[in-house]
Amino acid sequence: MEEINSLLQGFAVALTPYNLVLMLVGIVLGVIIGVLPGLGGANGVAILLPLTFSMSPTSAIIMLSCIYWGALFGGAITSILFNIPGEPWSVATTFDGHPMAQKGRADEALTAAFTSSFVGALVAVLLITFLAPLVARFALKFGPAEFFAVYFLTFASFIGMGKGSPFKVIASMCLGFALGAVGLDKVTGTLRMTFGHEELLNGFDFLIAVIGLFGIGEILSSMESGLKFSGSHATIRFDAVLRTWKTLLTYWATSIRSCIIGCWMGITPGGATPASFMSYGLAKKFSKNGHNFGKGEIEGVIAPETAAHAAGTSALLPMLTLGIPGSPTAAVLLGGLMIWGLQPGPLLFVEQKEFVWGLIASMYLGNVVGLIVVLTCVPLFSAILRVPFSIIAPVILVICAIGAFTVHNSMFDVWLMLGFGVMGYVFQKLDYPLPPLVLAIVLGDKAEEGFRQALLGSQGSLTIFWSNPLVASIMGLGAILLFWPLLSWIKERKAVPAMQAHGVVGGAGNSQDQIGRLAQLRQRNAELKQKLAAAMIEHDGLQATTIDQLEADNRTLEARLERYEMEIANSRKDRGN
Amino acid sequence: MMKLCKPAGAVAVKLGLLLIAAAVASPAVAQTWEPTKPVTFVIPAGSGGGADQMARFIQGVVAKNNLMKQPMIAINKGGGAGAEGFLDVKKNNGDAHTIVITLSNLFTTPLATGVPFSWKDLTPVSMLALDQFVLWVNSEAPYKSAKEYVDAVKAGDDKKFKMGGTGSKQEDQIITVAIEKVTAPKKITYIPYAGGGAVATQLVGKHVDSTVNNPIEAVSQWKAGALRALCIFDSKRSIYTAKVTQNQAWSDIPTCKESGLDVQYQMLRGIFMSPGVKPEQVAYYVELFKKIMATDDWKKFMEDGAFNQTTMSGDEFKTWVEANEKLHYDLMKEAAFLAPGK
Amino acid sequence: MSNNNDTQDEPALATNRTADILVAIFFLVASAVVIYDSNRLGYGWRDGEGPAPGYFPFFVAVVMMGASLVNLARALLGTEKDAGDSFVSKVGFGRVLQVLIPTIVYVGLIQFLGIYVASAIFIIGFMLVFGREGVLTTFAVGLGVPIALYFMFEKWFLVPLPKGPLEALLGLS
Repeated sequence: MEEINSLLQGFAVALTPYNLVLMLVGIVLGVIIGVLPGLGGANGVAILLPLTFSMSPTSAIIMLSCIYWGALFGGAITSILFNIPGEPWSVATTFDGHPMAQKGRADEALTAAFTSSFVGALVAVLLITFLAPLVARFALKFGPAEFFAVYFLTFASFIGMGKGSPFKVIASMCLGFALGAVGLDKVTGTLRMTFGHEELLNGFDFLIAVIGLFGIGEILSSMESGLKFSGSHATIRFDAVLRTWKTLLTYWATSIRSCIIGCWMGITPGGATPASFMSYGLAKKFSKNGHNFGKGEIEGVIAPETAAHAAGTSALLPMLTLGIPGSPTAAVLLGGLMIWGLQPGPLLFVEQKEFVWGLIASMYLGNVVGLIVVLTCVPLFSAILRVPFSIIAPVILVICAIGAFTVHNSMFDVWLMLGFGVMGYVFQKLDYPLPPLVLAIVLGDKAEEGFRQALLGSQGSLTIFWSNPLVASIMGLGAILLFWPLLSWIKERKAVPAMQAHGVVGGAGNSQDQIGRLAQLRQRNAELKQKLAAAMIEHDGLQATTIDQLEADNRTLEARLERYEMEIANSRKDRGN
Repeated sequence: MMKLCKPAGAVAVKLGLLLIAAAVASPAVAQTWEPTKPVTFVIPAGSGGGADQMARFIQGVVAKNNLMKQPMIAINKGGGAGAEGFLDVKKNNGDAHTIVITLSNLFTTPLATGVPFSWKDLTPVSMLALDQFVLWVNSEAPYKSAKEYVDAVKAGDDKKFKMGGTGSKQEDQIITVAIEKVTAPKKITYIPYAGGGAVATQLVGKHVDSTVNNPIEAVSQWKAGALRALCIFDSKRSIYTAKVTQNQAWSDIPTCKESGLDVQYQMLRGIFMSPGVKPEQVAYYVELFKKIMATDDWKKFMEDGAFNQTTMSGDEFKTWVEANEKLHYDLMKEAAFLAPGK
Repeated sequence: MSNNNDTQDEPALATNRTADILVAIFFLVASAVVIYDSNRLGYGWRDGEGPAPGYFPFFVAVVMMGASLVNLARALLGTEKDAGDSFVSKVGFGRVLQVLIPTIVYVGLIQFLGIYVASAIFIIGFMLVFGREGVLTTFAVGLGVPIALYFMFEKWFLVPLPKGPLEALLGLS
């Protein structure tokens, strides 16, 4: 086991007190960078790069890669607490992480996110340790057709996400593609849909769209409902970490699946963003709680976080072995390597053994240090939600504005963010789903590029997309996932008569009648739920003033909540059986 | 009036005193200008490419050798094939705290897209080096020389050969069009990718048949024996004689002309400033880059990337840029790459 | 059409149906713009370039237009779920404007005052109007946050943000 020997040597290099301090500093800086939208990991590493020239290359890369881990951890924090993803790969974390926070389960969501990130990273590092040369060769198999197939698979795994009208899903996703196409077309170098406006040259940056759609949209919705900040009564329980860990174990299947997706996407290098979306989409499809995704399901946090971190970590592998960065941050680290006189590429593992194994050892240590740091801060992060809405809202808006500005140093983008905010607010109310829109903005242009490059190479022949076993199997998998909703729909149709036969739906009588009755009841059910929600809003509008009143009020609410939670748990159990 | 950027008054006073002390100590250089706040170093390209690597390297050299009192901050503004960065510099009229590194998109982007800027909107500072281009093929490919490559293209089906390159209607594609003149009537299919590193990997994975990567983008794969260098698009061979691979040095790569492919192309790596800056401000940066180019780090960087170390500044540089723009205009006109109205 | 409008005591400013129609029209306009420009760019096969630059946006826009027409038809016919429900009540809309308008003013102010001063004014104003905190807390947060951000961005991470006359006066810009 040559690797283990090398790794132990690596630990000896990395485990000096000086390097441990650097790790800690790196993690803390990284978390700050990840939390503030606009200070991306790439940005942070780039700015701090010069500071590291006085260190040895190994110490320097340890600190810089720890900033990278820290930023990966940090991205989840704002996604969960405020619905504002600081990095593209944290977008999918908002889908369930933020609803969890709204229900007062921010501590669980954060613990789940951090722990999953750690698990993902750990698996990826193990992969790097033992399979590096093998895996590196796999990355070479990826040409334009394969890249397109990967993006196709991501979209396919995500289709059927919305509960609303499929036409609204399609319209929403197409709008995302159209927005993503604005700016310079990379394949032919022509400007598209800019109509002579210099501001549109850069296109619509994902970060601006997301800050607006999710962050600002969320604040507008909270304002309208008058609910203020619904998470504000979050109680902080210090056993959150242990409690969450117990539940996490039951989701081992999701974790393993997400690790595989993440490692694969990091190496290819599709990157952390498609990995997180794909993992979320698949978890929703395979989970027995799939219908609850988007309402605060812990599995919906585990899946994207595990995959994103696994991808983010394994993205360093193609950088080290091939010199192709799997992420923008990796690209900046690559620049750093060259300044230290290290040439990334196939020979790095041979020529710079000490450096490479020191780096790999620091991946293990950095992630452990990172996990400890962020987990100890969970109560602190959750406490932020107890800050009154009147303080937190303007501060979030200010940070959003700064985040939007820093993307291209342009005020135009800040206005754009406001526009996206109004759009997000309106779309959400009308059941136009936002996730497909954002996914299309983030990956649309890359998918298009791969498609056109592939066709250019094949002289227009579509057969390129099943010309070899690799691309054919990815495309096939995508096609299966694409038609999955149709299949499950057919399955459900078949299931209805079967259920009737067992007297589940109703006793004797015409089955057509039964279905009609079921629909009626469902509608009545929905109406009642809406009335209840409206009543609650009104109830909250009647401000209780005295301490006694408020206490009584809270007791009623707590009792009600408890009853609901129990009922939900029971019905879930029933359905599981 | 000199503005100070340190927030605390005490520091400001201290710095002021230092400046006064410096002025008193050397009255002869009292006229010289120095940056009074952090200098923004605009990279009109994405992260990871050749320009990005060089700019981040320069940022590192400045910090490491303490060549500037104020920090230098490199930022990527690669939107619209670099138009974002150039427009930003153009807009900051008279701002002496912004410099920009250029690649050939200084010429190609306005010509191909019609975005309103040209090098005349900027103030030329110095030429740092000229970047080389090498014709690469996979080391398992049968052709051992540029001539065999050309013959293979000519003998094959039209458009069957795939050339991978960075960007569209930019340097790599211009060279491809020039090669096509030699291989006529057979055309080569040009496939644009986002970055130089990706292009080299695509060649290793045999998704394209050849590339014209800059040396620094392909060197690691060359060292590892995955790629073969056929010829260099310069008028004479490289001056670097140290062995890079087991048996080849940069100087062992023949010029394309001597191997029967009469194409020459080199790319400007230069520094420009915003329009309307004062001569002493330009002079400061000219001196700064002279200091940078004198460091050992720089020399090693030049050798690793097999750069052509031609440097110039002042009027000489201006004349060169003017001629180079004309060259690009002609090449792009011939290739029908010009935007409507150009 | 469902008739549970009576559940909402606050009078509706617009129903979901109206909002759906407006949004569908927005989508149609967006599709038209994209199709118009794709037509200029070309959406067929182009020799040496492969699919033309307008190829992908064109088909995306056609699909978007088709889906939006269905959405528009459903909205007009009132078959969309909860079509008659209130999209936003007058009171609710008022509350949205209460935060939206100050934010717009804030973004406008950034151009003149710089981001730090504008942020301080925005936070203090917002807290004075909506908050129940004391004046001391209000000013502590309102001034503390921009100052902390100033050090974070300008000093640590060297990211320059827009600055205005105050910073110039203090010699900080």
